[in-house]
Amino acid sequence: MAKTQITVTVNGKAVEALVEPRTLLIHLLREQLSLTGPHIGCDTSHCGACTVDVDGKSIKSCTMFAVQADGADILTIEGMAAADGTLHPLQEAFRQEHGLQCGYCTPGMIVRAYRLLQENPNPTDEEIRWGLSGNLCRCTGYQNIVKAVRAAAAVINQGKEAAE
Amino acid sequence: MIPGQFEYHRPRTVSDAVSLLSRYGDDGRVIAGGHSLIPMMKMRLADPAHLIDLRDVAGLDGIEKSGDVITIGAMVTQAALIDSEVIAGALPILREAALLIADPQVRYCGTVGGNVANGDPGNDMPAVMIALGATYVLCGPDGEREADPRSYYEAPYFTARADDEVLTAIRVPVPPKGTGASYQKMKRKVGDYATAAAAAVLTVEGGKCTAAALALSNVGPTPLYVEEASNALVGTSVDAAAIEYVAAAAVGASDPVGDLRGPAEFRRHMAGVMTRRALEAALSRAQGG
Repeated sequence: MAKTQITVTVNGKAVEALVEPRTLLIHLLREQLSLTGPHIGCDTSHCGACTVDVDGKSIKSCTMFAVQADGADILTIEGMAAADGTLHPLQEAFRQEHGLQCGYCTPGMIVRAYRLLQENPNPTDEEIRWGLSGNLCRCTGYQNIVKAVRAAAAVINQGKEAAE
Repeated sequence: MIPGQFEYHRPRTVSDAVSLLSRYGDDGRVIAGGHSLIPMMKMRLADPAHLIDLRDVAGLDGIEKSGDVITIGAMVTQAALIDSEVIAGALPILREAALLIADPQVRYCGTVGGNVANGDPGNDMPAVMIALGATYVLCGPDGEREADPRSYYEAPYFTARADDEVLTAIRVPVPPKGTGASYQKMKRKVGDYATAAAAAVLTVEGGKCTAAALALSNVGPTPLYVEEASNALVGTSVDAAAIEYVAAAAVGASDPVGDLRGPAEFRRHMAGVMTRRALEAALSRAQGG
């Protein structure tokens, strides 16, 4: 099958790629762009380990074709930290609150939590749980994941207040 | 899992999408949000040679109220439906049902049009549209026609939509004053299809029911409209005996398969329980509760 040229912005950088129509976005990211932060977990749209941000929406990248993302702005876990390596408040909070055990679900959890906090900067614990309900943690470490998101929200909100 | 090979098309108008479907016939498939079709393609249960993506087709993602009808574009996502003030105000049952579909990531992509069009008996919106008396708008080579959801579903994945037609919108009548509606879904976990689910819409005036409709999800080869028993509610006060009558009819109408969600007998029983809950909630809302 003929390959199609697509252009996407990934973590702020414009990228051109040749893909087959059937290439899934997760395969473009992991195999062609060497961004192995987004993981393939269930490969059936359930677990959320492959979650990335596409044009301001949390997307399970195992369930989108790369050609569908042509022209899109994509954020993966690799794009969360600042250029100087300073961790994003969510990354820092997952570390401080032990929001990860084996770490397999973590890139999806953090990228999803990022979008959740964009939409709802001050969520209740219940809203965090519903907001992350498309991400499964096989270690069942949900308690500390919720704590981490809550802690990150506080840090981000403090930063906003300080800036005002 | 990697799908079979296909050619990808991205038309900009409905008529271009229809032309592509006419050209490719059975080899062409429309993709909306893709969250039913892509998993099926990955498992090779679907193998279209031509994929026709509606994402660039203009005019399919609006929610508009005009007079007594709300028109929902086929490409409106479940997330957009949940966020819509028009829907929250006039058709809160659609928001209630959308929140029970899949999970946040899937709801950003999954569309109302795809949910009602593809004929998967596990989908939640068809029963709600049946209960609301909605109309589907289908566009084909000869123009536009309307289809009644109550007769649209023929068998699993077989519907009244022709191969060269695209479902472009859903028209929902705004329910009259005194109407309450509810969708009650039993499921094992977030993201699951229903073990059994019921959509109820009731209109009550002066203590008497003047209109009623009940439909069930995922307890048969198609969504099920429990027509006679729900019509029998008209003229009653929707008391416990009347609700029991409809619940028994729902159990009788159900024909689920036994699967990981439970044995057939259990799922049939739950169709009755969900019916009871949906009618009670609809009644309480109709009375302003």
